[in-house]
Order: sequence, then structure tokens, then C-alpha cells
Amino acid sequence: MKAPRITDTTLRDGAHAISYSFTEEQVREIVGGLDRAGVPVIEVSHGAGLNGSTIQQGFSKTPEFDLIRAAVETAEHSKIASLFVPGIGTSEELRKAVEIGIRVIRVAVHCTEADVTEQYIRLAKELGIEAVGFLMMSHTQPAEVLAEQAKLMESYGADCVYVVDSAGALVPEGVRERVSALKEALSIEVGFHAHNNLGLAIGNSIAALEAGADQIDGTVRALGAGAGNAPTEVLVAALNKMDLNTGIDLSKMMDLSEEVIVPIMPGPIVIDRDNLSSGYAGVYNSFLLHVRHAAEKYQINPTEIMEELGKRQAIAGQEDWILDVALELAEKKKALV
Amino acid sequence: MSKVKAAILGSGNIGTDLMYKILKNDGAMELALVAGIDPESEGLARAREAGIEASHEGIDAILADPEIRIVFDATSAKAHIQNAEKLEAAGKMAIDLTPASVGPYLVPPVNLDDHLEAKNVNMVSCAGQATAPLVYAVSRVVPVHYAEMIATVASRAIGPGTRQNVDEFTRTTANALMKVGGAKTARAIPVFNPAEPPITMTNTVYTVIQEKDFDFDEIKKSIREMVEDVSEYVPGYRLKGEPMLDERDTPWGRLPVVVIMNEVEGEGDFFPKYAGNLDIMTASARKVGELYASHFLQKEEVRQ
Repeated sequence: MKAPRITDTTLRDGAHAISYSFTEEQVREIVGGLDRAGVPVIEVSHGAGLNGSTIQQGFSKTPEFDLIRAAVETAEHSKIASLFVPGIGTSEELRKAVEIGIRVIRVAVHCTEADVTEQYIRLAKELGIEAVGFLMMSHTQPAEVLAEQAKLMESYGADCVYVVDSAGALVPEGVRERVSALKEALSIEVGFHAHNNLGLAIGNSIAALEAGADQIDGTVRALGAGAGNAPTEVLVAALNKMDLNTGIDLSKMMDLSEEVIVPIMPGPIVIDRDNLSSGYAGVYNSFLLHVRHAAEKYQINPTEIMEELGKRQAIAGQEDWILDVALELAEKKKALV
Repeated sequence: MSKVKAAILGSGNIGTDLMYKILKNDGAMELALVAGIDPESEGLARAREAGIEASHEGIDAILADPEIRIVFDATSAKAHIQNAEKLEAAGKMAIDLTPASVGPYLVPPVNLDDHLEAKNVNMVSCAGQATAPLVYAVSRVVPVHYAEMIATVASRAIGPGTRQNVDEFTRTTANALMKVGGAKTARAIPVFNPAEPPITMTNTVYTVIQEKDFDFDEIKKSIREMVEDVSEYVPGYRLKGEPMLDERDTPWGRLPVVVIMNEVEGEGDFFPKYAGNLDIMTASARKVGELYASHFLQKEEVRQ
């Protein structure tokens, strides 16, 4: 087994957890810490990717290009990456981010819609940066389907394709199957992005490595959407114990977690009822705060909303369905009274 | 009463569904020809089966018939740019269902009267046809500072053209929310959902209002009237729940936001019912053709 390349996405996935409120100062501090610790790739953008600042997702408190610029200026060794969701972002934002200095774009789509990424993966390669395909909600499709979709991304020029467990719904066996299928089908690298809804973020990341994954995501202190991700510092510690040297300094990561990240967090990220029901129902993690808000407003149990969203097979970008579901549940409840 | 002869250019799925819609609604148009470029195409076979003349000579077949006055172009943006010139030179009215945007955007209940003498009109995009009327319903009561719409459609109802150019779809739709809907700024975001069984097209429209004083009941009334107007030619067009008034943190401060949820179910003429996004394009195009045909006939009556 070889040590994976680690991408820290605290400044992207973590944005969901703090309602897109990262400041330039925080970005400089966090990127500085990650860079000094030796993290090779740092992702910075709105949680929903470039141009994600919308009513649907939540507006960014600071324009994201200011945050990306701060990250690029701060990083000495690390590459700065951004997430890009076709339809939310357009070529214009991708070009602008590249102009500012990102060196990796991660093009994310629901895991059956890879053909939508062609325009953007090709553009990224034309612009001379690394292109990563990001197959979201990977638990919804069997390994063969994911492998076919990943092959499309490879044919557009992707340098790596990720199996993304957006809902934190996969168990190690499912991760192994999926990563293995991609490794077999592709000649490019394969990555894995975990969420911790079932308490398996680290375990699943290790399973992905065992199946041959080349790249793994983490967030400091698990600061990511919903139940959070594989904590980068814990990942580094576990890999050290396995004699897999990521080149990342564990003690610097622990200090960053304790001294910089914790003070930013509204509270610790735990697997509470909402996060567990979300993962169990296979619901996209960044829905969490929107679901809590709707549940409170319409006096419904958040678990019921999560279950219904799971039944309806809602995917990334469908925050508006939360309101629709909440209203329907509230109506039903009224009818019963 | 004499009728205005119309033709469909493009014998793919959109052209075929449009054919069935024209045939099923008796009006001022007479469908004289369906023209494609593939002699083996299912669309041409279906046209013949329905008793309509069909040709695989494409635009030339249409240009050869001087009596054809209205042409629905259901080919591609690239093809339409060339077709547009030829049709104009031949004095034929073009109703463009491609994203070419040669002529002005047309959304029947909003701006038809502004373009009655146009020679070429564009049907925007499916999401534009579905949501520009809703934004307009708000902006005719109170100015809309920012409009955002999320269109969720079944993956199976999204063709390769849109998939290869999502940029174009988002840009065109956002433009329509401004130019037709009357919003000062706008965003349009598509979501392609592969759920099985396929989901019906659903749209959510958010409109941000900066004015302090406005009558929400007046806005709701305006929205209801607009939905009625659209459902007259797209029967499966309806509201999902009542429009809501919410308050959100925006880059312009904490402001009132009108949230409108809408569903578009197709008629199932050729496309499955869940593909309301495709249905609203053909239904709107038929409506536009019908209105122009009636307009032509009226003008002739006045002259006689």
C-alpha cells in the first residue's frame, strides 16, 4: 500500500458547517497552518463550489474569489483547489479562479451525470490545471455504474476520479467494491471522500486505500457538512501507524485543529440524531442546517424530513425540496390534529 | 375560414411531440409539412402515418412551398443560424425552439404583444418558459431586485445538447428572467435528478424584493392569474403549495423573498408525462404559432 495524496477541504466542505462565513483572515491562518504542516492540496470555495453563493445554498459572507486569492497568496508549497458543480458554476468562474491561481479543479456531479462534466474538464485541461472528477452520492449506484461514469470523465481528460460518499452512507465493503471497480476500469488515479454519519469516515478511507485509492480527502477536526468528514489530523495519525508517510506533520496538524479550527466551530461535530438519520436515509450532508431550519419553522421532527428526502431520492443542489417536504409534512400533521 | 400553413423543421423528439400537439388542437394553423434530413427517421414515419406530408430534404423542402408561412425550427442552434437567414429571405416567420437566440425571447403570456411583427422569435429554454412568467408575475406588482430559479428535471428528459453545454442553458435562462421576467439580476440553476421512477419537472423561484411596502396578497393574486394563463396552453402547469413570503440574509441585507414552487407535468403526447420540461417547450411553441397565425388572418381580413 502506498501513502495517498491528501486533500484538505476544510475551507470548502467546512463552509457548509459555518454557513459560508469564512473570512479572509481565517483563510490565511488555516492555509498557512496546512501549508506549513505539508498538506499537498487545499480546497477553497463556497461549499457548493464556485459561484455557489445563492439563496438556495446560502450566500457567502465574503466573496469567494477574495478567499481564493488569500489562499493562493498564503500557500507556499500547497496547491490550491476549488470545487465546481456544473450549472452552479459556469466557465466564467472557472476561468477566473484559474486566473487567480488555483491549480486543481474538482468537477462534481451526481454520480450518474458524468457527461455534464465534459465541457469543464476539457476547459480545465486547456487552461493547464489538474482536473478531478467528483462522483457525488456514490452510495446510490453500484460499482459498475460508477466505473462507467468514471471512464467518461477519464475520456474528457480527468487526472483522477473520486468516489464521493456525500451522504456518509457507505460501509467499508461498499467503499472497497466501488474503489476497486474504478481502479480496474481506469488508468488514472482514484480518490475517496468520506462523511462520518455512520462513524466510518476513517475506516472507509482506510478501506479505500486497501482497494488502491491514490487520493483521500479530510477536513481538520472533521469540520465539514453534516456529520463532517475524515478528520485530516486523525487520518495522518492512523496512516503513520500503518507506516504510510503522507509527508504531513502530525503535531502541526493537531495544533492547527486545537488552536485555529476549534475557536471557529459553532460546536463540536458529532453524530447526533439528525446526522445519523441523514446518513441512514442516504441524504446529502450539506442539507443538515437547511433541514434543521425548516424543522424548527414548521415544528416537525428533522428525522421525518430526512427520511422523506431519502425516499424521494433528492440529490445535491436540491435544498428547495426541503421546504417542499417540510410543508407537506406540516400539512399532514395539521390534518391529523 | 382559410388557415395559415405551417411546417416543422427537424424530425427528432421535439419536432414529433410538437406535431402531435398541433394536430390535436384545431386552430388557425394547418400543419403542411414535417421536414427532416434523415429519410429513416422515426419522426418522418410518424408524420406520414398521421397523414402529414414528410420530406427528408430539410430546409429546402420548406423553401420550395411558398404557401408555408410559419416554420417551427426544432433542429440545433448551429443549424438555426443558417436556417434563419433563408427563412427570412423567403418571407417566412420562424419560431425557434433551439438555443440560437437569433430573434427575441418569447414567453406567450408575458411579451407576445411586444413582438407581433417579429420575423423570428426564440422560445428561450424549458426552464425559461416555466419560470419567466412567475418572475414577471411578481415584478409587475413590485420591482424584483434578484431572481433565482432552480429547475429540477428527470435525467432522462435531458438531451445530449443540453448536457454538453450547461453554460448555455444557465445563461439563456438567467437572461430570460431579466429580459422577460423583469428581474434586475438573476441566476438559473439546473439539477438533473436520475430518480426512478423519473420525477416530474419541479421549479423553485426565489424573488428578492427591496421595497419596504408591498402587498403580498396582490403578488399572490398576480401569480395565480399567471399560472392560469400558462396552464391554458400547458395544462400540467401548476403551483406546488401557496407562494410563501420569507426573509433571508442576502448580499443586499436581510430582505423579503417570495418563494414560488411550481410543477410542470407533460401531456404525454410523445414524451412521457414526467418530461414537463420538454412538453412546455412544444406547448409554448404551438401556442405562439397559433397566435401568429390568428394575427396573420386578422391582418388579412382588415385588408380585404
